[in-house]
Amino acid sequence: MEKVFGRSKGLTDVPFSFCPGCTHGTIMRLIAEVLEELDIIEDTIGVSPVGCAGFSQDFFSCDFVGAAHGRAQAVGVGIKRSLPDRMVFTYQGDGDIAAIGTQHAIHTAARGEKITSIMVNNAIFGMTGGQMAPTTLEGMKTSTSPYGRDISVNGYPIDLPRLIANLDGAVYVASVSVDSPKNILQAKKAIKKAFMVQKAGLGFSFVSVLSTCPTNWGLTPVDSLKWLRENMMPVYQMGELKATEEVKSL
Amino acid sequence: MEKVLLKGNEIIGEAAIRSGCKVFFGYPITPSTEVIEYLSKHFPKVGGTVVQAEDEIGAINMCYGAACTGTRVMTASSSPGVSLKQEGISYSAAVGLPMVIVNVNRCGPGLGGLGPAQSDYFQSTRGGGHGDYRTIVLAPSKAQELYDYTMLAFDLADKYRNPVILHTDGFLGQTMEPVVVKERPEAQIEDRDWVVDGARGRKKRVLASYSLTNEVGEANNLKWEAKYKDIQEKEQMWEEFHTEDAEYLLVSYGTTGRICKSTVLNARKKGIKLGLIRPITLWPFPEKAFIPYKDKIKGIVTVELNTGQMIEDVKLSVECKMPVHLYRRQGGMLPTEHEILAYFENTFKATAEEV
Repeated sequence: MEKVFGRSKGLTDVPFSFCPGCTHGTIMRLIAEVLEELDIIEDTIGVSPVGCAGFSQDFFSCDFVGAAHGRAQAVGVGIKRSLPDRMVFTYQGDGDIAAIGTQHAIHTAARGEKITSIMVNNAIFGMTGGQMAPTTLEGMKTSTSPYGRDISVNGYPIDLPRLIANLDGAVYVASVSVDSPKNILQAKKAIKKAFMVQKAGLGFSFVSVLSTCPTNWGLTPVDSLKWLRENMMPVYQMGELKATEEVKSL
Repeated sequence: MEKVLLKGNEIIGEAAIRSGCKVFFGYPITPSTEVIEYLSKHFPKVGGTVVQAEDEIGAINMCYGAACTGTRVMTASSSPGVSLKQEGISYSAAVGLPMVIVNVNRCGPGLGGLGPAQSDYFQSTRGGGHGDYRTIVLAPSKAQELYDYTMLAFDLADKYRNPVILHTDGFLGQTMEPVVVKERPEAQIEDRDWVVDGARGRKKRVLASYSLTNEVGEANNLKWEAKYKDIQEKEQMWEEFHTEDAEYLLVSYGTTGRICKSTVLNARKKGIKLGLIRPITLWPFPEKAFIPYKDKIKGIVTVELNTGQMIEDVKLSVECKMPVHLYRRQGGMLPTEHEILAYFENTFKATAEEV
């Protein structure tokens, strides 16, 4: 019998170790499919962060480098500047890229580094057990905001793609979600575009993917998707936030 | 042989270019800035890349990424900047990455000042960052050594897959001296089976230091420990000056090591049998240098630009078999050769009279 659907070649045989209902697996699969479709698995070096996203180094079939917390983009820059003909991407959680690594997020974009960064935003620090992140929504309860995020104390959530889109070196910025089949297809399109932008050497490309964390949100997988739709999508600007003329003509 | 007249920091940049360094990541900080300035001007002409990073943390992590690809890479900074790099140096040591880190020491703590100091001896020789690791540390005492040891640093980094620190100071960095620009001998081919450069026709590779299994963690630590012991066995370097018949020794490195040579010559004129051991590798500390003198030297003075850091290694090396004293200046001040001799004569008055 002909096999019509299988595991992407961009992934290894290592089974995903994520909690039930976590969307990391979906996002990784999308990236893996893109690597396969663009035929760049052997040309790509991924950079993993600290946090649940850090497990990515085991799951992708391309070469990988493990970075310190928040430093994935700086590490990616070092790789790309050494091997300009290779593809380099970072796979980071919101805690990694939007908190401890913010300086690299801004300057990697400002310098127009020809790498691709994927941010997985679940509004929380997942691996350490659900603490408040810069992306935590107003009123959202976490283990370090047990009474709900109080804006007067903790300030406002950061919409990192909106921030990055303002920088000239960032030529493609998109914010997508994997809460429904339709949105998953759109997310893949954005991720593919981001890698094509890098392949064409146009500048920095950035895709933020809204993601769930049922374990730390204390919700079922299905309720988590609903919560994401109803609470996160209205706060974070969605869609293609920036695509330069060069990117549009790709 | 080509001879050039350059500032100490510029010599480091020139040596890096001639060592086959391809990428440099840095951030300006006095008194190391001429390194990044020199490379920004001259590196692009020979196909090199300089990135002025957002901060020292960015710079060292860019070095980490570059080193993962097997590309020769260097960064340069001064004390507070090197403090910021420590996390990245720890990660680099943890996965065994060759890179050269220049520390043109400021005097500290805190923001400190720009004068010559050796206040980062502990930071350089004890790992510096978190976790249990070592970096090879080279201490030049003049311009020619800035050139030679920079080249050596790249070779040692590759040979042992380990970060190497060039430990210098603002006095050396800012002084102009003639240097013989030697061409680099052909580098030996190192094992590159660990390099991450895209899994073309081979299995994927991962360079990372994350390990949640204690057994794996211990195995990794034992592997690095064996490497450190190998380095300690093979790479101790030092210079001896009038030690053959010495009854007393000065021990000093870098700028003060150079000043101490004048002290030794002045002492000899007075008939005092004083010698000098000048450590070239601060880690591994050249404990072998002291073996022949352990049982015949009457006393030692270490001369340092800090509160007394290397003195601990000296005492361990001579197994505390003789008095070891410290003469130090701090905060950017340098001792004169006469002050050092006066301290020595005063300290060892009783025995000095016997000489």
